[in-house]
Amino acid sequence: MTESKAAFPGNLRYTKEHEWVKVEGAVGTVGITDYAQSELGDVVFVDLPEKGRALVAGEELGTIESVKAVSEIYAPLSGEVLEINESLRNHPEKVNGDPYGEGWLLRVRITQPSEAEKLLSPEGYRSHVEEGGH
Amino acid sequence: MFEKSVAGKRGCDVPLWDGPNGEALGSGYLRDEIPGFPELSEREVVRHFTRLSKLNYANDEGPYPLGSCTMKYNPKVNEKVARLEGFAEAHPLLPPEAAQGCLQVMADLESYLCEITGMDAYTLQPAAGAQGEFTGIKMVRAYHESRGNPRRVVLIPDSAHGTNPASAHLCGYRVEQIASDERGCVHLGFLKERMRDDVAVLMLTNPNTLGVFEPEIGEICRVLHQGGGLVYLDGANLNAFVGVARPGDMGVDVMHTNLHKTFSTPHGGGGPGSGPVGVKETLARFLPVPRVIRHEKGWRLSSDFQESIGKVHSFNGNFGMHARAAAYILANGAQGLREIAESAVLNANYLRKRLEGVYHLPYDSPSLHEVIFSDKHLEKHGVKTLDVAKRLMDYGFHPPTIYFPLIVKGALMIEPTESEGIEDLDAFVDAMLRIAKEAEDDPEVVRSAPHTTPVGRLDEAAAARRPVLRWSPHTEKSRS
Repeated sequence: MTESKAAFPGNLRYTKEHEWVKVEGAVGTVGITDYAQSELGDVVFVDLPEKGRALVAGEELGTIESVKAVSEIYAPLSGEVLEINESLRNHPEKVNGDPYGEGWLLRVRITQPSEAEKLLSPEGYRSHVEEGGH
Repeated sequence: MFEKSVAGKRGCDVPLWDGPNGEALGSGYLRDEIPGFPELSEREVVRHFTRLSKLNYANDEGPYPLGSCTMKYNPKVNEKVARLEGFAEAHPLLPPEAAQGCLQVMADLESYLCEITGMDAYTLQPAAGAQGEFTGIKMVRAYHESRGNPRRVVLIPDSAHGTNPASAHLCGYRVEQIASDERGCVHLGFLKERMRDDVAVLMLTNPNTLGVFEPEIGEICRVLHQGGGLVYLDGANLNAFVGVARPGDMGVDVMHTNLHKTFSTPHGGGGPGSGPVGVKETLARFLPVPRVIRHEKGWRLSSDFQESIGKVHSFNGNFGMHARAAAYILANGAQGLREIAESAVLNANYLRKRLEGVYHLPYDSPSLHEVIFSDKHLEKHGVKTLDVAKRLMDYGFHPPTIYFPLIVKGALMIEPTESEGIEDLDAFVDAMLRIAKEAEDDPEVVRSAPHTTPVGRLDEAAAARRPVLRWSPHTEKSRS
């Protein structure tokens, strides 16, 4: 077990697959965590779903490509895609520089609010990461 | 070349055209000049490419321990064989009567590969391992379709080569990952739980990408077969047991071999590659056409196989590689091939023994032909796998494969092959040990490597984010 230097903001919920979601009313903003971006290394391309697509929690919604590997992004919650972060097309490096801010990936209209209860708390996610978190 | 161009310079003198004035082609197909085409003398072109070749690094220059790639020495006698006039000058459209020698080499190579791998029939068409996977999974699909249901899912361990899921996807299957257990092998419990009648095939690499032999391969094949599925073997790592064990005897139904790995034909930029696919009798009727078959009057090419998946390459694949691989197999013989596997395994284990402790060994299962370390012990000095790889270039080595397999964080995947002698293995180990020491004493020299190569550390992220794929005077201007 090693202590992680990554940031774990307290106002977010997390998945074991290293996505975060910020719930504001019926809208959830989704991104990948600081730990995930530092593990991936320099992000070079993000492939996101079309606006309007219906997502089921846990399903693959897109991919993120870094200099090391291509990884899947999973939907933390069920919902409909309201908006994707278009600026990542030309500036994928925002995912590295500001994973919880300008590097957000997409916003969804949440259809199953109770699913958020099942996601990890900041403390829960931190211990998942520190235990080796794959 | 573009910068050196001088208007009017010529590399060769082309006689003036004295035929009809281009009517045969149509004037739309004629052009006076190609914009920006460089004009140079032959001497300048030769010097340009010779200079570039000297900036390169090659297997003929030093060790090339690129894991999973089997960058073994390519014996020069193979080149001599491939350059025999009857092979090198043969046109693929020659009538079979005039190409009996070529057809016999192909038929012989197919039978050698059958004997070596325990399969019943081969196609030599695929031009690489990934195309072999595609060909193999197409046949799997054809097999299931012939039984009324193509099925939906391909199972792939999480340690697999990235080409496996790509091939399955291209053949219209959904990919599901099977997690590895603590040994780094297929988790048999997960596999048994997942095996149902929607699974078409399991794609397995053995030994897997950790260099570990899957000890339950027999049971794995039984689980698949009991559920009506098939087993595909990614033969990328055949070098670990060639001449010792046969995938066909383990229960594998379809597999590819890489002639440019195990069978010593040139690799990478020096290819082209060749990835023959072998099948058991149950799948043979789906093999690509044309196939080399025996007639009373010698060898023929036949496309008379109704259920074939069709062609996957023009003509007969990369024939020059077939000639080289056949020469290699004949030169080594059964005993020689066995010694290749034994020496490859011995070399990898020698490196493992000398480096473990200094470099972190994420899985301690016995290694076959390659060994996987990680950068865990270097983390405290702020030195990463990428830095070690770059620094190795300063010591005159091609770096190993890095950041693969994905299940190891900061992986360094080292495959020395049987070609390296003890002196080169020791020199490689010494360089690795020195780099570990440098990481402790002077980490910056490692982090900023390489220092002695024609170009320094490249900005890989910028290259991937904003790639410039084609040179033109315009892009040159916009960069400056």
